[in-house]
Parts: sequence; structure tokens; C-alpha cells
Amino acid sequence: MKLIFEESKSGRKSFNLPESDVNLKDFPGELSRSELNLPEVSELDLIRHFINLSRLNFSVDTQFYPLGSCTMKYNPKILEKAANIPEFLNLHPFLSILPDSIDRCKGALELISDFQDILCEITGMDYATINPMAGAHGELTGIMIISSYHKSRNSKRTKVIVPDSSHGTNPASASMVGYEVVTIPSNSEGEMDVDELKKHLDTDVAAVMMTCPNTLGLFEKNIKEISDLAHSVGALMYYDGANLNAIMGKVRPGDLGFDVIHVNVHKTFGTPHGGGGPGAGPVGVKKFLEDFLPIPRVKREGDSLVVVSNSDKSIGHISSFFGNFAVILKAYLYIKLLGTEGIKYSAEMAVLNANYVMNRLKGYLKLPYDRTCMHECVFSLSEMAKKGASALDFAKFLIDRGFHPPTIYFPLIVKEAFMIEPTETESKETLDKFIGAIIDAVKLAEQNPVAFKELPKTTVISRPDETKAAKDLVVKA
Amino acid sequence: MNFCPHTQEDIKEMCSVCNVNEVDDLFKDLPVEEINFKKLGKGISEHEGYNHILDLAKKNNLISYHFIGAGLYDHIIPSVVDFVASRSEFYTAYTPYQPECSQGTLQALFEYQTAICNLTDLEVTNASLYDGGTALAEAVLMSLRITRREKIIMDKSVNPIYRNIVKTYLKFLPYELIEVETNGIEPDFDKIKFMLDSDVACFVFQNPTFYGSVHDWTELVNFAHEKGILAVSSVYPISLGIVKTPGQMGVDIATGEGQSLGNPLSFGGPYFGFLVTKKAYIRNMPGRIVGETLDRNNKKAYVLTLQAREQHIKRHRATSNICSNEGLCALRALVYLCSLGKNGLKELAQINFSKSEYMKKKLIELGLNIKNNATTFNEFVVEFNKPAKEIFLALLSKNIAFGVPLYLFGGSEKDILINITEKMSKEKIDNVCSILEAML
Repeated sequence: MKLIFEESKSGRKSFNLPESDVNLKDFPGELSRSELNLPEVSELDLIRHFINLSRLNFSVDTQFYPLGSCTMKYNPKILEKAANIPEFLNLHPFLSILPDSIDRCKGALELISDFQDILCEITGMDYATINPMAGAHGELTGIMIISSYHKSRNSKRTKVIVPDSSHGTNPASASMVGYEVVTIPSNSEGEMDVDELKKHLDTDVAAVMMTCPNTLGLFEKNIKEISDLAHSVGALMYYDGANLNAIMGKVRPGDLGFDVIHVNVHKTFGTPHGGGGPGAGPVGVKKFLEDFLPIPRVKREGDSLVVVSNSDKSIGHISSFFGNFAVILKAYLYIKLLGTEGIKYSAEMAVLNANYVMNRLKGYLKLPYDRTCMHECVFSLSEMAKKGASALDFAKFLIDRGFHPPTIYFPLIVKEAFMIEPTETESKETLDKFIGAIIDAVKLAEQNPVAFKELPKTTVISRPDETKAAKDLVVKA
Repeated sequence: MNFCPHTQEDIKEMCSVCNVNEVDDLFKDLPVEEINFKKLGKGISEHEGYNHILDLAKKNNLISYHFIGAGLYDHIIPSVVDFVASRSEFYTAYTPYQPECSQGTLQALFEYQTAICNLTDLEVTNASLYDGGTALAEAVLMSLRITRREKIIMDKSVNPIYRNIVKTYLKFLPYELIEVETNGIEPDFDKIKFMLDSDVACFVFQNPTFYGSVHDWTELVNFAHEKGILAVSSVYPISLGIVKTPGQMGVDIATGEGQSLGNPLSFGGPYFGFLVTKKAYIRNMPGRIVGETLDRNNKKAYVLTLQAREQHIKRHRATSNICSNEGLCALRALVYLCSLGKNGLKELAQINFSKSEYMKKKLIELGLNIKNNATTFNEFVVEFNKPAKEIFLALLSKNIAFGVPLYLFGGSEKDILINITEKMSKEKIDNVCSILEAML
């Protein structure tokens, strides 16, 4: 498709501003900008361009999207309607700190406070903040809280431990807070190797960062032992909540020994992922870490709500105000709709769907860790790849069958990884069709692996040259 | 309620495929813990849920109009923005890891990148960051990587919340951050210049400043470059319809809050941050970048590019930990900019400028002092002869939120930061000025 810049024609316009009711004044010439190149299109041109662009996308509302670790579940439409209520949409966040204005945003503050309490209840934490704007931003906030805590006790710690199956954001977040990252290998069960951990655990360790269930879709059975070991040297336990949807209502990270947690609420609860964002990554902490939470902070004092904008021990501002508030509003409503039973049932159905897919496919694809999985399962296509059909080829095959492919080549510790997360909102019929398509792919791989290289055939483009993109670097028109 | 489709029969059949008697058997690896939910009750219907949110919304006792800006602005949003952004295919998609089934998102983000580069007169940008403050912090970290120096000089007329975010990002790392006091409310150019020695990685400024003043920073940028120092600025994108751009001033990394480009205030978010720089620094830039290439049939195609810098490949050595961006907010900005178009943004900026000039004139006629010495864009500081809080509260009792008293940010007790956008009518300006007249 043409770029909208190429559809521009001088003199066209799409939007009329209200005429100014004061006399227009000229801006001083020496401070003025040079010409500005933006498209000149009619409203219809604009709508056709973007609607036609949208048709080139796969999405949850149009296709099954079992992208492992991303939790692409269906998001009920009522959430959007609620986020568009004008009394929230037009609310300026400064009202929370302006003199005597707190009453003007009371509903929003009450929502935040209520959400924080419920999040604590689900995760087993004592206090929470909604300020971080994404999961990785929550990690950064959490590790900053841990660092501030150790400093407040004059404890100089230099290392953060992560398993080799961790999300790449974990080591990246730890190093952004100045820590050296120590990676612990996984054992044959797909879990963190406790003996290996013991070798590295000492009083230099600030935190152990874990995802549970981990990125192999497996619950870490030794998690309580790991957290006891970490605590015995004064290290704290950090919970990456990207996979919380598998265990919500069943077990709480706070009860497993975790001290700090972030939750990717857009995944676990409900917000469409918007082509990569916005998300939100609220952080929960145990009581002894309360003072280190970022500002501003909504806090209940007796019967009233207060906004804390100054605090000596706080890590400070991590975002301007209350993070991605509208995302929190949607997550909050989603949790309210589900209630206690719905939360638990959703986790159960997510796990059932993943195990169903895993069991139906394990006769066809290699399962590196043959155990009950949680909300996602990871296969290795290394044997198929030897025959000439790689995980990437399988992905392209599925596109032609109308499915968004699973996550490929992650986690890094599985060769030719193929990570399927069906989520709880998909029906058995959809899963069966998807399973059927993979079985077809396996057959094709055995009969004619070369045929894969032609795929996909149904999309507007096929197998773009990524090396050229990085080498020639065209990043604007 | 829940959104799971299975019938009892489905569940039974699926359990048998999984070789378990019941779903709970799949959770045998978990320690059995009884969770006692007190706060979260039973699930409710969407009708009840919506009414609950409506009830909360009604507790927001809305003001009838306001003059609050300070980095987040109330602008008109064309209807096409909501229409396009709520299209499911954009809204319910994820990061475009598979280019064949994400060309819509990828092309839109490529167009967004083009629009942001054109707006700022710089060469490369990413497909958005979290917000204006964190984008500025990322720019500072970027300048430290590029120069391998350890000192940062930041002007105190940068948005105080952004300065706090930068401080938070830096305080765990072995760098030195020095903030330069302003001269009144204006940047002290001589003092900043004096601080720029060869240990400095970058100097950080904002244009228009937090107080609304517009300056030409070109001379200081050139001076910094002679010493190998990078210029990092935060800009207000609407001002770029009219104000000299970071590119024209030679700035190395420009950042900003994208909220005003078609995103509602929404009590703090979601917004998005932009970060634009020179091509030479692209490998040090954090975040997702969309690049153009050819597919195997020589057809033009868009892909995520330079992923080797990112956390999912380089892990602890990545340019940043950023994984999610604010794709949908960036899409809104693109549609907004295309809707206003080449002349619309200029016109909008001129209306914003003219209306605030009108208000300034009215306030001066009331005998009040405007504290800015420089040209202002759509925001300025007015000094009263009594405590600003008193003025603010008096107007609040009439349902008008009259700007941001600067004592909240360590400023004078008598100063208020006033913002005017195209949404503010002459009638309301006249009205508020006549209320003030009666009070002074």
C-alpha cells in the first residue's frame, strides 16, 4: 500500500479547526520553524487509508493468536465503553495535587485505591502502586525498590540472580539499576537448578528474579526452597508476573515467599495490546517495602484517600502521575466482572487449554519437558529443522492457514522453540482446527520440506529481507 | 461472569485427552494454599460492572473549565482518531513479530516515525516510548552510552516531574547529575555554558520551557558540540507547528510527551513518549524501530529492525529494558497529525499562541505581572500580589481550575502557570478576568 505521505495532494484537508475568536498574532520570525511536511488528505482519503491498513493485520478479534508469553486473550468490549466515560477521559491528573482539588477526582482515586487493594489480595502483597507503564517498567521499579531497601540498611549488594529461562527484560532491568546479572541454568526438569543457585547465593545478592510458572510454561516446584535460600542470605525475591494468569486464584506469589511483584495487567486481566502497547505493570510489595514505593501514591488514611507526593525513602517518580490509568480502569472492571470464582476459573481454563493442545500434539512434535504445563506449552522443532522445516517455516505455514503463529525461538534455552499459549477464551473447536493445521504442517515437513520455503502465499508480502532492513536502514519516508 | 466458552462436556473430553479426572489435577505442582478473598466479591454482569464504573465517574466532581497545562494539554481530538484507533485489527493486535500478518501496524508505525521526524526535523525515531518523562530519561542514558562520559547538566526550567524521573533513573548508577538554577524563571544561559566542560555527556533543556518560554538554543548547542557534548531537549509537539525545531537548533536527541497529539487526558495515561535523534546514534536508541525492506518478490515491506540492540537478544547488555511501547497511542498521534495536515498544525499552533497572548494582555491590563521575559507559546507565569493559593481557591469555588500554582514545585507563593489551548473561548477568558478584577 502507498504511504499516506504519497497520497497527499497540496490544498486538501481533513479537519477544520473552529475559527479563532481572538485576533491572530504572528509568531516572531526568528523563533519560527521551517516548513512542516505532513500529509494533506481529505477525511475520506484518511479513513480509507487507515481502514485498509488495518485489514493487513491479524488480531485477536479476527484470528486465533496463540502467541506464547503474550497472553492474547479476548477482551470484552464493555471495558472500552467504560474507559470512554467522559468523567474519566477528560480528567486532568494535576487535579490530584492542586489545592483542595482532591474531591474533583475522587472517583478516579477511589478506583485506584480499590484496584491496589484487590491486586494485593490476588497476589498476596500488602501495598501496590499503579504507576509503572509496562511490565518491564514494573521490573525496573521493583528492582529500584529492592536497591533502595538494601541501601537503607547500609547493605552493599551488587548482584541479581536470574534463571536462563527468564524474559530478557529481567536481566536488562537489573542492569539498568546498576546490578551485575548472574544467570543460573535450568535443570532437566526445566526448573532453576537449586544446587547451582546455592553456589552463587551470598550476601552480594540483592535479589532473585523468578517467573512462576516460568517461560517454559512450568511451575517451579522448588519455589519455596528457593525463596528460603534467598532470604537466608538477606536477598529479596522478585516475581515477574507476566504469567500470573496461570495461577491467579489458585496460589499467591506473596504466600510463596516473594517480596516484590509486578503484574502485566493487560495480559492477566484485560486490555487489548494495541500493536505493542499501551500496557501497565503495577507493582506490589510486602509491608516492609512500603516506604520505597514511587510517588505520587494513592493511600487510604482511615476513611479518606490521600495522595502522597513527597516521601523521603521513596524511589521517586517513575512516571508523571498514575501510569496508564485507563489501562488500570479496564483491568479493574475485568476483575470485578470475573469476581473470585471467575478469576480462578479463568486460570483453570487457560491451563486446561494449554494441556489439551500439548497432549494432542506431543505425538507429533518433540516436547523437551514432558510434564503437566501451565497456561502455555513449549515444543522444540529441532528435529523438523534438521529435515529442512524450521520453527520459522512452521510459523509461516500457520499464517496461510489463518492463524497467528505461536512465539518462536523463545525461550532461548529450547532449540527451535515453538511456544503456544491458547488462553482461556478460546473454544475447543478453535483449538482443534489449530491442532489440525499443525499436524498438516508436520506431514508436509516429512513429505516436502522445501514447499515450506514458498510460504506464506496468502499475505500481501512474504518473507521480507530482515538483513537488508538492518543494513540499508530506511526508517522514514 | 467469565469469558470462557467451554461446556461441561468439552471440559470432560479435554480432561480425558490430558489424562486427568478433573481440571484441578492439572494444578498438582502447586502447593495447596487456601486463599481467603475478602475484598473481591462475586463476579457481576457487564451491566452491573458498567454502572459501578459510572458511579465512580460521577464522584469526579468536574470543574467547568480549566487553565491547567504544565506538560499535559487539553486539545481538540478529531473524530477520525477514535474511529481509526478503535478498529479491532489495530487495537487487538500485538507487537508485530510476524511481518506478514502485521503489515498494517508496521506501515502505520513507519508513517508515525516519518511524521515525528518531519515534526522535529531530526532523522530517526522509534515506534514510541512510555511517556515524555521516561523518554527524556532514556535520552540521557543514551547520551551516556554514546559519549562514555559521566556528567549530566540539566536546566531547572525543564518540567520538574521530568527532572524527578531523570533523577530516579540515574540515582542507582555511578553518574553525576547537576541541575542549573534559573535566572528568575528563565534558563540562565551563562551559567549553563560555564558548566559545560569536557566531562559532560549532555546538557538537558526544554523548549518551550516548563514555564512556557520559547528560546533559540542554537548558540549553546553549537558551543556544547565544540566540547563533544550532546544537546538533549524535551519539546511540546503542538508548539512545533510554529516554533523553531530541535533539528534546526542542532539538537542531538529530542524527546517529548505525545499526549497532546490526539490522546485524551485520561487522568495520567495512557500517553506516549517520543525520542528522535540523528542517524549516527540509531544503534544507541532504545525501543522498537520499524524499517523498510523488500520481500522475496521484491515488494516493499515493513519489519521491526535493529532488534539485536534489544533486551530479547542482548539481555543485560541491551540498550534498555523496554519491551512494550505505546503503539496505539502512537497510531492516534499519526492519525491526528494526518488529520490536521501540513497547514492545520501551523494554524492550530497560531491559535494557541494568539489566545494566550490575548489572555496575557488582559492580565497585564489588570495590573498583573507576567514573569516570562521571553516570547511564550501557549503557557506563561502570572504573578499576583497575594498568595496564589488564595486566587486558585477562590476560582475553584466557581468551578474554574485556574492553572498550576508554582509553590507546588518549589516556586514563588505568588506565581501561577496558566495554559490556554484552542479549546478556551474568548468569552471564558473575559469571564475569568472579570472575576479576577473583582478580587484584586
